[in-house]
Amino acid sequence: MARFRRWYGASPLHLLALAGCFALAAYAAIRLFDYEPLRVAIWFVGAAVVHDLVLYPLYSVGDRTTQEAASAVSRGPAAPGVNYVRFPACLSLLLLLVWLPEILRVVVDTFDRSTGLDGSIFLPRWLLITACLFAASAGVWGLRNLRRLRRRQHRL
Amino acid sequence: MPEDDAEEQKPGRISRAVHAAAGPAVRGQERLAAHPPPGPFRPGFWRSPIRGPWLTAVFGLVLLFGITTLMVTGLLSYAAYDPDVDPVNDLTPDKGILGFYLFDWPTRPYWLYRLLQGVHVTLGIVLVPVLLAKLWSVIPKLFTWPPARSAAQALERLSLLLLVGGVIFEFVTGIMNIQLWYAFPGSFYRLHLYGAWVFIGAFVAHVILKTPRMLSALRSRSLRAELRTDTAHTVPEPPDPDGLVAADPAAPTMSRRGALALVGTGSLVLLATTAGQSIGGAWRETALLAPRGREPGSGPNGFQINKTAAYVGITPEQIGPAWRLRLSGGPAEQTLSREDLLAMPLSTHALPIACVEGWSTDDQDWTGVPLLRLAELAGVPRPSAVLVQSVQTGGPFTATVLAGNQVRDLRSLLALRVNGADLSADHGYPARVIVPAAPGVHNTKWVGRLTFRT
Repeated sequence: MARFRRWYGASPLHLLALAGCFALAAYAAIRLFDYEPLRVAIWFVGAAVVHDLVLYPLYSVGDRTTQEAASAVSRGPAAPGVNYVRFPACLSLLLLLVWLPEILRVVVDTFDRSTGLDGSIFLPRWLLITACLFAASAGVWGLRNLRRLRRRQHRL
Repeated sequence: MPEDDAEEQKPGRISRAVHAAAGPAVRGQERLAAHPPPGPFRPGFWRSPIRGPWLTAVFGLVLLFGITTLMVTGLLSYAAYDPDVDPVNDLTPDKGILGFYLFDWPTRPYWLYRLLQGVHVTLGIVLVPVLLAKLWSVIPKLFTWPPARSAAQALERLSLLLLVGGVIFEFVTGIMNIQLWYAFPGSFYRLHLYGAWVFIGAFVAHVILKTPRMLSALRSRSLRAELRTDTAHTVPEPPDPDGLVAADPAAPTMSRRGALALVGTGSLVLLATTAGQSIGGAWRETALLAPRGREPGSGPNGFQINKTAAYVGITPEQIGPAWRLRLSGGPAEQTLSREDLLAMPLSTHALPIACVEGWSTDDQDWTGVPLLRLAELAGVPRPSAVLVQSVQTGGPFTATVLAGNQVRDLRSLLALRVNGADLSADHGYPARVIVPAAPGVHNTKWVGRLTFRT
């Protein structure tokens, strides 16, 4: 047992679980790759690569830029108001990410003709929701500042 | 815990410093470990003060239950197509043992598929922010250096490619499919089913290997205390063997409470703008961004249409006065006009249409002839199945085989009218099938022939 651990680096259960995982994956992958294997492989591996090496860096850089801009505005290292921008921006981008094909009308013809619905409403709706999210965030920020101001006046 | 062996062998910051100080005595692998490439491979690169095992474990716990529900509802939804009843229904004939759990789909409760698929699609959408947060929380591990210190770690990292690639592949294909964007290579059913099985193996292995770690991480902090801690009082978690906690954390700009609130609000906003298309009624209008957040029209035929008559190429001649229903399978073929059918004893049942895309209609009052009566008329009083063929030419689901239990259920109709009016062309005029609890595409429209099997 100790020899196995030295050789493998973990317990036999670890190897057993992973062997089961790879056996099932191989069995399913043979079927998955039966048709257009290259494109399917690109989609499968690309899914992880696009997230890890494109989406993640993009939103990290976006977030850092927002923070730097906020601290430049407040002329201090910490910008307490930055989360009032981060929250609505994140939520709006999340909605865009999920409903991207609809909002950007990627399948304009298919959608409208097959469902009998008007697919042009999604972009204005998303913009409206985004505006509401930012307005709500600004409202919360304003209320909190007002309360803080009143408290300070009370003390004076 | 033996499951954590692979993790324990990874260098912590302290051991890395020791190895570097050991000078000429270090082995090749340790020398490699001491000199990571620049950028994300260096531990100082990752600076979030809230990243750590506790936060990862919270997202992991939500996904453990959420993804398990997606798996169960997804596999049941596949069973709902009754692929074992006839090759016509089988969209993945090479499934092999991956269809081991298939069974004849029940007709009760009649809202079964509506609930199942509504949960599958809505929950999948609601979990998107949790999944993104979980991936954010563990991303430093993608750049672990050296890439592997043991065979165990190398294998585990390979399984993580299946896990992460698999989960994103499933979410992306599902989310594209419900928006009718069929840009993925080949049939959605094949990709989503086989992709799911690749993922399921990796998911089960991950749960087996990581549950002890998740539980110990959850116990390491109090949720209640975290929910009372603001940004100013947020401190990093203590250094962990997995290397998630930042070596050189930045000043906090958001508390853990804030991060949980952001992810939770994301899920809530998605739920609020999606669920209405599955709940129906007055709620439909609340699904502001879901594909089926409005009705296509008003009146008796004003409910959701999967594919319009024009889109699938139905011509006025195909469904005009010359249309006839052919009944076969018995001693002699019968031919009936719509007037002949209307002259038969008719039944009315309230049943919904529920689509694999997650949307559904409210119960509609369908009036028509029970399929069993048509079987008797065809001379097959005890049918074991029926092949339903549409006059639609080309495209998927123009033919379907309904199982014996579906044909024999007296609520399964060849519907002629809905909500008191004649069917519209888009809803399958002159006659369509409606079966309780069946997936929408099995409710064949523009039916031209029924072949009953003994």
